[in-house]
Amino acid sequence: MKHSLKTPLAALFALLALSAPALAQSIDERVNEIFANSTGWFVSLIFSDFPGTSFPWIVGWLVIAATVFTIYFGVVQFRWVGHSIALVKGDYSDPNDAGEVSHFQALATALSGTVGLGNIAGVAVAIGIGGPGATFWMILAGLMGMASKFTECTLGVKYRNEYPDGKVSGGPMYYLSKGFKERGIFGGGILAVLFSVFCILGALGGGNMFQANQAHAQLANVLGDYPGWITGLVMASVVFAVIVGGLKSIAKVTEKVVPFMGILYVGTALIIILMNFDQIGTAFGRIFEGAFTGLGVAGGMVGALIQGFRRAAFSNEAGVGSAAIAHSAVRTKEPITEGFVSLLEPFIDTVVVCTMTALVIIITDQLVTDPETGLFVLNEAGTAIQTVGDNSGVALTSAAFQSSIDGFKYILALAVILFAFSTMLSWSYYGLKAWTYLFGEGQTKELIFKLIFCIFVVIGAASSLGPVIDFSDAAIFAMAVVNVLGLYFLMPIVKRELQSYASRLRSGEIKKYK
Amino acid sequence: MSKKLVLGFDDSESAKAALDFATTLAKAQGAEVIVAHVLEWSPYSFLTKEELEERHMRRKEELARAEDALLKPVLKKLTDAGISATTVLRYGHIADTLVDIINENKAEQIVIGRTGHSALSSRLFGSVAGSLAQAAPVPVTIVP
Repeated sequence: MKHSLKTPLAALFALLALSAPALAQSIDERVNEIFANSTGWFVSLIFSDFPGTSFPWIVGWLVIAATVFTIYFGVVQFRWVGHSIALVKGDYSDPNDAGEVSHFQALATALSGTVGLGNIAGVAVAIGIGGPGATFWMILAGLMGMASKFTECTLGVKYRNEYPDGKVSGGPMYYLSKGFKERGIFGGGILAVLFSVFCILGALGGGNMFQANQAHAQLANVLGDYPGWITGLVMASVVFAVIVGGLKSIAKVTEKVVPFMGILYVGTALIIILMNFDQIGTAFGRIFEGAFTGLGVAGGMVGALIQGFRRAAFSNEAGVGSAAIAHSAVRTKEPITEGFVSLLEPFIDTVVVCTMTALVIIITDQLVTDPETGLFVLNEAGTAIQTVGDNSGVALTSAAFQSSIDGFKYILALAVILFAFSTMLSWSYYGLKAWTYLFGEGQTKELIFKLIFCIFVVIGAASSLGPVIDFSDAAIFAMAVVNVLGLYFLMPIVKRELQSYASRLRSGEIKKYK
Repeated sequence: MSKKLVLGFDDSESAKAALDFATTLAKAQGAEVIVAHVLEWSPYSFLTKEELEERHMRRKEELARAEDALLKPVLKKLTDAGISATTVLRYGHIADTLVDIINENKAEQIVIGRTGHSALSSRLFGSVAGSLAQAAPVPVTIVP
């Protein structure tokens, strides 16, 4: 089956590669046009402003949610972070449970789904549009998002479905329906269905098209420009081989390489920052000043805030509900321990990794400033800050790294492709869980989703960044609308769990093994 | 209280030789044999989403398989030979876990097979027999 498929694919590639580049370019343009036209309404609905302001309601929604959870759980993200680390280290793991998924493994797997292009390309987009000040709002969003993540992952484990064969399925669709029923509130089922629909869209958007799009941008940056649908077809066939063809070994290798790529990325960023240590103060100065003034960026302070919050949510997925799907697979006696572990994710993802990217871009002076006023110079269209090489997205990050360490763009290209790939695999899993929640499990039904998923890889790689990023954000935020609404109703349940766990920890009923 | 002897057992050829050796030894000394099988496992490895989801099920399968295919036949062989024997099945780092089992049972010695690692892989990862010889709190017999 696999072999019979490879040959015609290869022939197709050869044929397409030989055909005129002009034709190829026009395919990309057509794809882009159709895509932008058919998703525009959805994007404008999600990103419409509060009446009479230029502030998107969705950003307000996320800020309020993160603030509410932070206050309601008594700043859980700071008071319990020590305990979270102890859990990950395995201090509280019963040795008799060895062989089950550990807290470390759950965290690592969830992180490999979120650490990725959001941290590399997304941050560049935020800074390119919102200026350095966006970093401040991004970090703040990351810190507050820890509380949202804590809430959703605790619920994910508490209300998961366990099947007789030992498999588990969980996530917002399960806690929305089961949790609401338990509290006697109407509407959980409807929210669960809505969430599933948006989750499928999110899987196709941010979890797929954005990844394919930026992986192609990075490849074109290194290899020279060529049509996006070629990258799309290659990536789609590898994704196809894994999720449809069952080549699990590719997924396993990816899962093992990605953490090292992440460490390499952060390590390199640190080296660049240390090489320019005299500018660290200036960089933070710009971040703080820009956060409240915008430093002349289009949209000013609000522009920086919107970009910061948008990219943070996109990167760490706090409040989106996706992490709840990943964490619910973990077998633990205390659902809340998964919540504690998961609150480390936005910290690592946004506060550490995203900030590294931001600092490298700012320190290496990629953004063009007016020498007289010290304000940023906007590009011709007036939509973003003028950058040194006229770069945006992943190309901007690449240029920043390359300017300090020659040849790093090749390593970054490899990292980007691996990150993109592992994020796609993660989201194909989330999307499939939502799909099976809606349509039930079954080989044909699952195959349909997987095929749609592969097609969107090609569309994503062929489209231009603007429409893709808008749709990706819109879909991911639509998930957050439903999920956060549900979390408000279910947070008393998490609070009870937290109080019970805290008192048992104090009484010594929950004991340390190490 | 009778003497206790831990036999580190897996499905290798040298483990079978170690079993024969341990049988003779236990008979001669009137010792009790604790047959230990450790499934290599690190809580700090990286898994895919599917592996995470299936882990609990796989663990059950692995335990059942080890119990049926490895430990039961050995237990039968030992009891048939008139030796009192028990089994232990654990997950973990192999050498460390064997040391734990020795300590928990207050065993007086351990017998293991020298598993046929290639020179390269034992150089890279260390062999179980080698690390046990260094870490064990009791005399170690390594059977080729």
